[in-house]
Amino acid sequence: MSEIVVAALLVLGAAFILVAALGLVRMPDIFLRMSCNAKASTLGIGLLLLALAIHFGEMDVSGRALATIGFIVLTTPVASHRIGRVAYLDGAPLWEGTIADEMRGKYGSGEAPAKPKKK
Amino acid sequence: MILQAAVYYVVFPMLTGALVLAFIRLLRGPTPADRIVAFDLIAAASAGIIVVTAIVTEQAVLLDAASIWAVIAFVSVIAFADYIERRGGI
Repeated sequence: MSEIVVAALLVLGAAFILVAALGLVRMPDIFLRMSCNAKASTLGIGLLLLALAIHFGEMDVSGRALATIGFIVLTTPVASHRIGRVAYLDGAPLWEGTIADEMRGKYGSGEAPAKPKKK
Repeated sequence: MILQAAVYYVVFPMLTGALVLAFIRLLRGPTPADRIVAFDLIAAASAGIIVVTAIVTEQAVLLDAASIWAVIAFVSVIAFADYIERRGGI
């Protein structure tokens, strides 16, 4: 019974990681790629580690697996924010369908020095 | 038995496909930030492969390798981003 649960969690987690990779290839913009990578890969790794915690079912192994889930949930947004900030400061081109750019002009004292936006 | 079949026929091919797609973005990405994102996903997929290997071979020790790998991936993403920001420009 628990074997079926573990197999289902593994398949679901691997499917989320595959969706993240698909979005990484298909999305038109660095920011869209980053967001879909962060969310989907966090959920995928979390499900895989949850499957490991259920499969072994001992306190030490499951505790470490849950601690690793917590670590990943805490660190992935930080890394993602760093990447997005760096990409924006370097003037990465936005997708032409972008509606709102609320940080336009906030960085670089007035007229942005190096922000070649293709809008 | 169903666990072995699911892992060998579904989970490992999915994770390998994710690795291949991330490598495509790593080769093609126009800016270094794209390559950092691709590296992040490669790290996540390989940590997932380590976790699935730990389940299918009944080796709980591999979980430590996966968690240390996640720590190293996080630190290196931060270091890459800091390097690009400090260098100023792509």
